[in-house]
Amino acid sequence: MAFESGEKAKAYWSENIRIMLTLLSVWFIASFGCGILFVDELNTIRMGGFKLGFWFAQQGSIYVFVALIFIYVWLMNRLDKKYGVSED
Amino acid sequence: MDIQTLTILMVGASFAVYIAIAIWARAGSTKEFYVAGGGVHPVANGMATAADWMSAASFISMAGIISFIGYDGSVYLMGWTGGYVVLALCIAPYLRKFGKFTVPDFIGDRYYSQVARRVAVVCAIFVSFTYIAGQMRGVGVVFSRFLEVEIWMGVVIGMCVVFFYAVLGGMKGITYTQVAQFCVLICAYTVPAVFISIMMTGNPIPQLGFGDTEIGSSVYLLDKLDGLSRELGFTEYTTGSKSTVDIFFITAALMVGTAGLPHVIVRFFTVPKVRDARKSAGWALLFIALLYTAAPAVSTFARVNMINTINGEESAGTAYADAPSWIKNWEKTGLISWDDKNQDGKMFYSGDERNEMKVDRDIIVMANPEIADLPAWVIALVAAGGIAAALSTSAGLLLVISTSISHDLLKRDLAPNISDKQELFYARLAAATAILFAGYLGVNPPGFVAQVVAFAFGLAAASFFPAIILGIFTKKMNSEGAIAGMVSGVLFTSAYIIYFKFVNPAGNVPDNWWFGISPEGIGTLGMILNFVVAIVVSKFTPETPDSIQELVESIRFPQGSGAAQDH
Repeated sequence: MAFESGEKAKAYWSENIRIMLTLLSVWFIASFGCGILFVDELNTIRMGGFKLGFWFAQQGSIYVFVALIFIYVWLMNRLDKKYGVSED
Repeated sequence: MDIQTLTILMVGASFAVYIAIAIWARAGSTKEFYVAGGGVHPVANGMATAADWMSAASFISMAGIISFIGYDGSVYLMGWTGGYVVLALCIAPYLRKFGKFTVPDFIGDRYYSQVARRVAVVCAIFVSFTYIAGQMRGVGVVFSRFLEVEIWMGVVIGMCVVFFYAVLGGMKGITYTQVAQFCVLICAYTVPAVFISIMMTGNPIPQLGFGDTEIGSSVYLLDKLDGLSRELGFTEYTTGSKSTVDIFFITAALMVGTAGLPHVIVRFFTVPKVRDARKSAGWALLFIALLYTAAPAVSTFARVNMINTINGEESAGTAYADAPSWIKNWEKTGLISWDDKNQDGKMFYSGDERNEMKVDRDIIVMANPEIADLPAWVIALVAAGGIAAALSTSAGLLLVISTSISHDLLKRDLAPNISDKQELFYARLAAATAILFAGYLGVNPPGFVAQVVAFAFGLAAASFFPAIILGIFTKKMNSEGAIAGMVSGVLFTSAYIIYFKFVNPAGNVPDNWWFGISPEGIGTLGMILNFVVAIVVSKFTPETPDSIQELVESIRFPQGSGAAQDH
């Protein structure tokens, strides 16, 4: 075991899951939420030449996706260090 | 210099680069052949993954499809990028820590079962072949259109090039050529997009330009397009016509399918560390986003441009005698045609009975530079880009096929005693055979190539994805549950797709679909079924052995990953 104790391993895993679920809910809201389920409501709002719902479906969701992965990398590297299980 | 000479020069130069890289990066061991020795830098791996992912379909067809269906086309944009978030957060780091070569490796070991391994091998090979036939066809089409050789000749040239660097270099050769191919294809996509954006809106960034006003007008481009669509009897561009349920399920199937595709997952075995696997997914998506955010802009520009050229500014039709040269050039290929129904000598394009034009979706990207009157070298660049996209994806798929056969089927199953050298020989032999077979499919495409794409994603979503996720996030999932889940997911999904695409294609309408879900989106339901069956079956069958529970425990944190292991 690389962890000091079984509790540490559990704590690491549950923090990992929490980070994952938080980011996945943003992922869901940006794509399925703004781009699909609430697209008609958001389309009543305008951002320059874009209707907001349409913009989320064709642009915004993709930008959110890219940002999410880099945020995940940063959070996980920090978590690995905190528990002493990083690779360097 | 004319377009054809320029194209030959541009494509020839790019081929020379790919071959030079292949010679430099020959593979000497199975580890280099399968996972490039596990030593690829995350940024380079990100570019390679992006090139691997963006196929002839992304490059040639996607913007065209969006151009014709507007908002509905968002399923491809969100589906083919959103999958990377799932991949990065739920799959890539854990499978990298697991540290083997292939997806069937993981399934077979985690579920301590050769049956599970074989199910996974069959799915992996089927999914990859489905894909590769389309790629070879793409190579052939680009060659025949721009170099004016026969399609079969184009396919053979493409086969020789892929053969050379995939068989010789394995994953190592493929990875570094894909880096070069990414640079070619992204330039080829972006340059014309920027040119056209400046010409139409004065904004040099296409991603912003399509939300801008047209030069010399105060109307926003998208509003103008919506207005034109209404007038001409098309569905309004920014709202679309598919039902919300269907859009939801198709997007989910494409996302989950992406995260379950073997040729995408295997890319994350090639980086040195777990943290590199995470980072690499981020870079990959960033590079993919460069093309995917430009695509809807290209679609919008092309749509407005096309309607304006054909119908004229006054929407009264343009006389055929005054038609721009691109219409006449592409008429020769049969991808655009004009039928003067009302005998007025003018072309008219609309979504109702006034329509006189037939326009194929695939010409949008390829003809875009001509429609916008861009210089000849841009057209040559687009040809080189289309070929790069098709070749890079083919190579990645070929590798999955050859690894599935030499590693998963022979080494890990039927002939465990073969040496590293023999295994490498079989891997090359399998790659060579697969290229010949793919080439054959490229020259004689079965009529159902387009139909089976839904199959590839549906199957990946309904088979691999739940098995991988459950294998990582629950220790209790046992082999009985996983196999039952995969089999029921695959059977359900294929039955639905086969019924609507082959048995009863006439009945393939929303009224007959279950819950309004089209065959393209059914993989999502198959995936849910897989999850449910797996969990229920695992409750009533023997518990997972302790050694497997420890294995699951060990892939959940990064420390001690090391390079991908030999066996």
